[in-house]
Amino acid sequence: MKAGTNLEKVLVSGMFAVTAEAGPPKGTSAAVMQRKAELLRHCCDATNVTDNQTAIVRMSSLAGCVLLKQQGVDPVMQIVCRDRNRIAIQSDVLGAIALGIGNILCLSGDHQMFGNHPTAKNVFDIDSIQLIQALKAMRDEKKFICGDDISGEVPLFIGAAANPYADPFEFRVTRLAKKVKAGADFIQTQAVYDVAKFAKWMEMVTDQGLDKQTHILAGVIPIRSAGMARYMRDYVSGVSVPDEVVTRMEQAKDAKEEGAGVAIELIEQLKEIPGIHGVHIMAVGWEDIVPEIVKQAGLLPRPVL
Amino acid sequence: MIVAEQKSLAEIRQMITPYQRVLILGCGTCMTVCNAGGEREVSFLHNALRLAESRSGNGIHTFSEYTVKRQCDYEFLDSLVDKIGDVDAILSLGCGIGVQAIAERLPDLPVLPGVNTSFMGMAEEWGVWDERCAACGDCILAETGGICPITRCTKGILNGPCAGTKNGKCEANKDMDCAWILIYKRLERLGQLDKMRRYYPLRNFRTIPRPRRVASKASIDVGEGNG
Repeated sequence: MKAGTNLEKVLVSGMFAVTAEAGPPKGTSAAVMQRKAELLRHCCDATNVTDNQTAIVRMSSLAGCVLLKQQGVDPVMQIVCRDRNRIAIQSDVLGAIALGIGNILCLSGDHQMFGNHPTAKNVFDIDSIQLIQALKAMRDEKKFICGDDISGEVPLFIGAAANPYADPFEFRVTRLAKKVKAGADFIQTQAVYDVAKFAKWMEMVTDQGLDKQTHILAGVIPIRSAGMARYMRDYVSGVSVPDEVVTRMEQAKDAKEEGAGVAIELIEQLKEIPGIHGVHIMAVGWEDIVPEIVKQAGLLPRPVL
Repeated sequence: MIVAEQKSLAEIRQMITPYQRVLILGCGTCMTVCNAGGEREVSFLHNALRLAESRSGNGIHTFSEYTVKRQCDYEFLDSLVDKIGDVDAILSLGCGIGVQAIAERLPDLPVLPGVNTSFMGMAEEWGVWDERCAACGDCILAETGGICPITRCTKGILNGPCAGTKNGKCEANKDMDCAWILIYKRLERLGQLDKMRRYYPLRNFRTIPRPRRVASKASIDVGEGNG
């Protein structure tokens, strides 16, 4: 075991894992995170806490993770490279470990122009792949980026993202390989809607044996309205929503029911794809639906390890 | 070359308010090429300021104009000394380097920037200039097919492209090419795609602390330089 987190235990055991996402509030309320913890605790193995997603200022990921942890949820702390340099990031990692956080997901971060502080200066002192490598060296060699020794243990289960739908398609597996080589223990992919294209990507992944070197969780974003489907198709960076999904949402009598149905169907198809070790459900602002989706997809109860 | 944009007339008028006699000073090199502050722009600005003064009805300013070959070189500023006469301030249409060279050369005279210095780049087409070099002090163009990710990737990352690229464009600007897609295509053409598989370690920003200085090796190590 690298960190001994619940997520690591489930993945190492070979069981099909379920993770969810909890966005921290645009404010100071601990109760918001506590409520999300209550909702997600029994239906997923770990919960990601986003790091100022889409560059909108929210409660810090570190604080959000601590609040989830206090409620018995295994948190996945997301770190983006947009807002902090290598000094601040390493400092936060030490603090997170001291507070009992073991899973960290390394991301580049959406450009600040998407958020509510578009005039801010971005940092990008390091990129996501360099962050993965830095965390691996912190854990395995107990060294900071500069080479100085870290005192104490550094138990970390290191995650990274992958987007099979970004350009160039043939390079996306190479990029995943770079992340795995850098030290990614688990991968959470961008939302899947086009299952055929995803399966083709996974075929390339398994051909290279990457699914044996890391645990791949397929991303699922439940859509709750036709407007959200159109918005995600047209404006959300990195997400690819096919027109047929948008049409299906537009023609639905009950959009929420349809959206949950789409998510359940997707999970059922994803379960069958060789090399997939779990699903990552990102119900942005619609966490209430997660228990139902997990239940309908036949993934309850979650293992207790 | 250095690319700049002339400041708005309103901002320039605001800046010159305290000074009665203003010398508008052009620069004959980069600022002439990028249409921000050459002899022609000096003349246009002179007319625009005079017109604005007369329209406002309470004009107190008088203007003169002059253009030197390069404002960023003391040698070319020597000719300026005779032109100053009794002016109260110089409105420089040189880049930020030119403005500061004047401040150093003429310690008793206020100098005002008439342009916003933007970047180092080149003309993509007539009237359109694109940034090409960030002067990062640690050139990696040999690894990236001669296309600079530091300048042309909005995140300046070394292990790109990130997941935000769509249809070859940048997530931050759908009209802007993703630098890493350009790099990928170029390396593919050169048969060097192995460079995309390589891990590029963290950048060394020690080359950045400001102000930076470059001492010509040719002039220090006599006989060892390449100049």
